[in-house]
Amino acid sequence: MKGNEALAEAAVRVGCKCYFGYPITPQTEIAAYMAKRMPTIDGGVFVQAESEIAAINMVLGASASGVRAMTSSSSPGISLKSEGVSYMAGSDLPGVIVNVQRGGPGLGGIQPSQSDYWQATKSLGHGDFQILVFAPASVQEIIDLTVKAFDTSDKYRVPAMIFMDGLLGQMMEPVTFPELKHNQFDKSWACNGHGNKRKHNIINSLYLQADQLESIVLERYKRYETIKQELHMAESYLTEDADIVVVAYGATARIVKSAVVKARSNGIRVGMFRPITLWPFPIQEINKAVESCKSVLCVEMSTGQMVDDVRLSINCSKLVHFFGRTGGVVPTPMEVFNKIVELGGVN
Amino acid sequence: MAIVFERPKSLLDVSTSYCPGCTHGVAHRLVCEIIDEMGIEGDTIGICPVGCSVTAYDYFGCDMIEAPHGRAPAVATGVKRANPNKFVFTYQGDGDLAAIGTAETVHSATRGENITVIFINNTNYGMTGGQMAPTTLPNQVTQTTPYGRDTKIAGFPVRVCEMLATLDGTALVQRTALDSIAHINDCKKAIRKAFKYQQEKKGFSIVEILSTCPTNWGMTPLESLERIKNEIIPYYPLGVYKDIDAED
Amino acid sequence: MAQITVNFEKCKGCALCTSVCPKKIVAIQKEKRNSKGYFTATCIDNSQCIGCTMCAIMCPDCAITVEK
Repeated sequence: MKGNEALAEAAVRVGCKCYFGYPITPQTEIAAYMAKRMPTIDGGVFVQAESEIAAINMVLGASASGVRAMTSSSSPGISLKSEGVSYMAGSDLPGVIVNVQRGGPGLGGIQPSQSDYWQATKSLGHGDFQILVFAPASVQEIIDLTVKAFDTSDKYRVPAMIFMDGLLGQMMEPVTFPELKHNQFDKSWACNGHGNKRKHNIINSLYLQADQLESIVLERYKRYETIKQELHMAESYLTEDADIVVVAYGATARIVKSAVVKARSNGIRVGMFRPITLWPFPIQEINKAVESCKSVLCVEMSTGQMVDDVRLSINCSKLVHFFGRTGGVVPTPMEVFNKIVELGGVN
Repeated sequence: MAIVFERPKSLLDVSTSYCPGCTHGVAHRLVCEIIDEMGIEGDTIGICPVGCSVTAYDYFGCDMIEAPHGRAPAVATGVKRANPNKFVFTYQGDGDLAAIGTAETVHSATRGENITVIFINNTNYGMTGGQMAPTTLPNQVTQTTPYGRDTKIAGFPVRVCEMLATLDGTALVQRTALDSIAHINDCKKAIRKAFKYQQEKKGFSIVEILSTCPTNWGMTPLESLERIKNEIIPYYPLGVYKDIDAED
Repeated sequence: MAQITVNFEKCKGCALCTSVCPKKIVAIQKEKRNSKGYFTATCIDNSQCIGCTMCAIMCPDCAITVEK
């Protein structure tokens, strides 16, 4: 299955009832798939919105009424959604946002990129808040993380992002859909009509008293601390004896893996560390992975964004180098291999 | 003696934050009277705008969602599509509905979203202290049109009902006013019809309500009613601009 | 027989009710301010009230109850 379509099918199977989208390359297959699929399920909703802004606010509305909802876009469209994401975060609403990244800034290009890392993990909208960020590296993992994104978003009442790139979205691989148990989450906060059985619910992000807003934000940050304890995922590959640990996520990690295999066959002790959750960043795991190495190399399809988190996570205990291509240029395994060699891997 | 007029149950028993004489309160009450008369408080979800009525969620007794500025019709779309048998209304001002949220307004209307939009037109941005709105009349003085709205510079007002009536998705498009008892009664009838059309799944309905803003107009509440009658209604004529049943 | 009751704390003294009373018996009293500082509306002659509810319909603060 194609990455984008696998994602859409996984969302449907995990109980997403509403999809609101807008066409933009390279994620349009998700919208097209949902347009076909949603009418076949009970209560399924597909709306092609007039804008990315409208789409995220439709997600806000559906989610506020207690229903699982999703939108998807690519980089420029995600910028437009940032207003709605901030409101969702400020209203403690779940919801899944997919970013199939392309090159930027501005209209940029339509080739794969990872240059929205900062936006996703640090600043997707105004105000103090975080969203959950999942970075799959295969079509199977797209499915697994889509399920995870819906469940954790509901559990913590925090928006979740499935953070991919054009490569993964367009990639075809064999997949299996797991048996899903539909986890039930408390949605007594939802605005779906009180039926004269309870006090009216209010979904809101406005608090005009500064001390009240502060306490609401701080309470949310306490929840973020819990999430940091409970939700951190990563893959370590051949890091135990590695002199060099290469850090990469998403499609880039696949390229890095090829380079690592090549380097190993050349006698270089190199491993790879792949964060799967980008927020929360898997701090314990990366510290363990780099424990005995001499240096770290971060590879991204950007000018260097995640590299900041790598340095912060390991408290600069190792020298962290960077190699990246940007603008939609995909680094080759050979380029990464050469970089590994250059960093003192004995050849 | 029996009570012949009292606060509707779905209008919560609290003081509003509106200025003295601001007719937002009348519009709130009319919506709540209809909700009570139809017995639908438990099945209604309201969407608040950004503007003076941003805290309307504290006044309406039904479930309430606060939308980003201008996005109420998109939020309402999400709620209604997910809950097609519930009543969904938005309550929006002119800046919210006809400036920053124009796209959401027009497209929810043309999609025929089965929702009710209550549109308060007071010809300025009240919450931020009286700036030019898309509905500000030519030559009207506001904070951002200190010499009067010069249409050569600031363009012309938007007549929302006239515009939306051209869209096939709309079921009811009506402009009303709150400057007199007769007009208030007409307004209430329009709101009732709008909710009724929603119940009958007829599509998008909007009731525009010409409302006062005494504070920012620099007028007494009574002078403000006169302004609606003498200046605003002539520019924004009252009436039914579209009624899907009348066309049958 | 009819009478109006003005909620002293909810009234903001805007005087819109005074303009619509057909009997001209609703007025703003100038003796006592409520906790928000407003002089409030009152019926100056309940014996003339016909219970038409116009004052209540005009009131933006739902401060008037009418009995008949």
